[in-house]
Amino acid sequence: MTARVPRWLLALTGAVYLFLHLPVIVLMIFSFNDSRFSVDWRGFTLQWYERLLQRSDILHGLKMSLIVGLTATAISVVLGTLIALALARHRLRGKRAAEGLIYLPLVTPEIVVGISLLILFATLDWPLGVATITIAHVVFCISFVVIVLLARLEGMDGSLEEAAMILGADEITAFRRITLPQLRPGILAGALLAFTISFDDFVITSFVSGPGSSTLPVVVYGMVRRTVEPSINAISTIILLVSALLIYFADRSMRPVPRRASNR
Amino acid sequence: MTAPAAGPPVVELIHISKRFGHVVAVDDLSLEIQSREFFSLLGPSGCGKTTTLRLLAGFETPDNGEIRLLGEPANQKRPYQRGVGMVFQNYALFPHLTVARNVSFGLEQQKIPRPVADDRVRRALQLVRLDPKLFADRLPGQLSGGQRQRVALARALVLQPAILLLDEPLGAIDLQLRKEMQLELKALNQHLGTTFVYVTHDQEEALTMSDRIAVMNHGKVAQLGTPVEIYENPRTTFVARFIGESNLLEGSAHRRQGNNWSVVLPDHGQEIQVPHHSSIHAGALVRVVVRPEWMQLLPPGELAPGLNTVTGSVRETLYAGPAVHVVVELPGSKSVSVAVHREGQLAKPIRWERGDPTLIAWHPQDSRVVTED
Amino acid sequence: MPSLTRRMRTWIPRSPEQRGWALLAPGGVWLLAFFLVPLLIMLAYSLMPRGIYGGVVPGLTFEHYARFFDPVYLTVVQRTFMWSLGCTLFCLLLGYPVAYAIAHAGSRWRNRLLLLVILPLWTSFLVRTFALIFLMRDTGLINTWLMKAGIIDEPLVILYTPVAVMAGLVYGFLPFMILPIYASLERLDRSLLEAAEMLGASPRARFIRVTLPLSLPGIMAGCVLVFIPALGSFLTPDLLGGAKQLMIGNLVQNQFTAARNWPFGAAASFIVMALVLAAVLVYLGTRDRREVALR
Repeated sequence: MTARVPRWLLALTGAVYLFLHLPVIVLMIFSFNDSRFSVDWRGFTLQWYERLLQRSDILHGLKMSLIVGLTATAISVVLGTLIALALARHRLRGKRAAEGLIYLPLVTPEIVVGISLLILFATLDWPLGVATITIAHVVFCISFVVIVLLARLEGMDGSLEEAAMILGADEITAFRRITLPQLRPGILAGALLAFTISFDDFVITSFVSGPGSSTLPVVVYGMVRRTVEPSINAISTIILLVSALLIYFADRSMRPVPRRASNR
Repeated sequence: MTAPAAGPPVVELIHISKRFGHVVAVDDLSLEIQSREFFSLLGPSGCGKTTTLRLLAGFETPDNGEIRLLGEPANQKRPYQRGVGMVFQNYALFPHLTVARNVSFGLEQQKIPRPVADDRVRRALQLVRLDPKLFADRLPGQLSGGQRQRVALARALVLQPAILLLDEPLGAIDLQLRKEMQLELKALNQHLGTTFVYVTHDQEEALTMSDRIAVMNHGKVAQLGTPVEIYENPRTTFVARFIGESNLLEGSAHRRQGNNWSVVLPDHGQEIQVPHHSSIHAGALVRVVVRPEWMQLLPPGELAPGLNTVTGSVRETLYAGPAVHVVVELPGSKSVSVAVHREGQLAKPIRWERGDPTLIAWHPQDSRVVTED
Repeated sequence: MPSLTRRMRTWIPRSPEQRGWALLAPGGVWLLAFFLVPLLIMLAYSLMPRGIYGGVVPGLTFEHYARFFDPVYLTVVQRTFMWSLGCTLFCLLLGYPVAYAIAHAGSRWRNRLLLLVILPLWTSFLVRTFALIFLMRDTGLINTWLMKAGIIDEPLVILYTPVAVMAGLVYGFLPFMILPIYASLERLDRSLLEAAEMLGASPRARFIRVTLPLSLPGIMAGCVLVFIPALGSFLTPDLLGGAKQLMIGNLVQNQFTAARNWPFGAAASFIVMALVLAAVLVYLGTRDRREVALR
């Protein structure tokens, strides 16, 4: 197969992969560089990471990100799971409209979501803070949870729940004993993805966060605009590694379970 | 074919209708199924047979009409309150539970004590001829199609339901095993005294197993009766075509002589005799169905007193094992298939060749007058 | 648990349709209240006169939309549109060959290569943009190395130029182009190419007459997936473009912070939304027509 791909194409592909990944790799390497201003390599150090621990704004931002991320993930996993069940297992008039409402946040530019929520909260006179950030994050997290779970439910036999019910289990028991055990990997993947995008979000958060509620990305944005110190490289490296790790686990969890011997 | 036991029906559908959007799946359907009966719902896909079964199970609620199970109104009952069993088309075994846990699932819902439940699981597996020692701890993924089928059956039967619903349970099994399972299902029905409601699109299966068959089309019952009645006396062209092979002849009623009408076939002016039927009056269009094996082929010019005869020419012969199907073209391009058995039927070793003139003969009483759907 | 279960059982609606809506309701209400309603309020804001302290006062006016015909703002809208289009084009030129190479890679490599395309989509866009700044600024890696190598004496001005913004846009959205094209190439039935070869088509003809037309759905999807987020770009022009390279996203943000002209910002935001919806509808329209044609 590989032989049929011309050489220039392989070179171009390699260049594109470098373009996509080299900047981040360089950024990470220089988070260990023992020099404040220069981009010359002056030796290995962990001082920029140590310095992060002394910065109260970063630690507070991390705390906010974790609070918002975990809350938004919990809410969106519950709501998203219910929505996915409704769409996958029930005939609904107006299903198309419901689907539109669920997928629209995915194509709507973040800036539009952000300012429309800002206007809403201003109209309602709600103070901006952790609560408003969490509300906003749930909006875009739900869609991801629904997509992941719908894929999982499509691969699952719908008559299993019916079989449980005809054997005497009510809806809740059927869900608990039959649907939930099989949905669990999908729920885990959805939760990991939801947490990742919540943890990484900057644009929407920046509009709906108030004083004292800045999440980690909002703090980092401020640093990027003001200074050039290598602490930014350090915190960037941490953020990147956290997301990459979460995505790795989400990907593993989403893989379909290898089918056992089947004679059908 | 045991006669259905007399007594109150265990399943009653009274003027049931069910629509999905603009599609009418079940259309003003009324049925009664007797206790211990093996009752089949037979029809092509989309005829409403599966919807009917799902209405009985409680997975769908009827738009109109009433469902009664064991004499009690069931419209308001959820599936888990109906006390019916079901075997699903694709088995629907819980993939994360072992065979034993699949079978005991219903017993657990009834809070049956563990030792009693274990014993019933064992007996249910034995009933469907699965060795509990060998299979109890396997997962459904480790079973063959036939074994899964048996587990699904055991899972439903362990609760000893009065009514067992089966949704094309043999559809995914290969032919040899299917024949074997047909016999076993029939035996279980007689042995356990459970009422079986069996959905299938396979007419042969329905004829072999059922006490009674409801042939369905467009959400209605096209004909209800024993397999013999359905096959021997199809009432409509649809039933005649759907069940077995049939030749359809159309003509106009000429005049009545005693209990028979003479009917003129329009294309070639030949006249046949058919028994009286309420739909026939002079000049009416008459549809007549004759099964291929009820017809004989005679050499042209031979006399066949008392029989209907039509002349034609042989178009082709199709070898089909026990019988040879000879396709005969009648004047006017209509053709008729005649099943010639190796023995009997004049016992003449006539070899029919393409283009041979021939005479088709059958008894007037074997002409079945049918109505259009 | 059982008693709770039994109590909950009574809440379960009878009809399947009602059960479906009951499941849909909590999340649906959330999205209505915190997504759709805010969009409508935003639309209302954009049609109301501006208040003294940045808010709005009751009334109906189209003045905020009329302001876009002011050359200053018209330039921004045009720039946003042209850059999004340009970004889409660059992504297509770079992304198609890459998708093709992945689709033709051995199965062992394919998943890893794909993961490397997906990974950037799931890592912080802000951090990735900062990584570009780190490379492109005057004292950045590129300039330092070029000067060390003696190729240039003065640092090249890369950051805060259109080049930087365009590079940032392509860098950010390229995976959205690669993935759908890859998907359509991977689905492509190899026997079609063999059939074309049997019929005497050259490699070039096979690509142009078979592969390319059949990957068109992927190309369309990729273009829409790049074009839409490019239209709404905020971070890239903000961090890489400086004050001179505004796109609508920056204009919107500006109205809600420094300028405190919320209704005008809402109008700008609504224009972005309208452009996005138009792109989605055009895409869905062509897709439906293709599906009809293939039936």
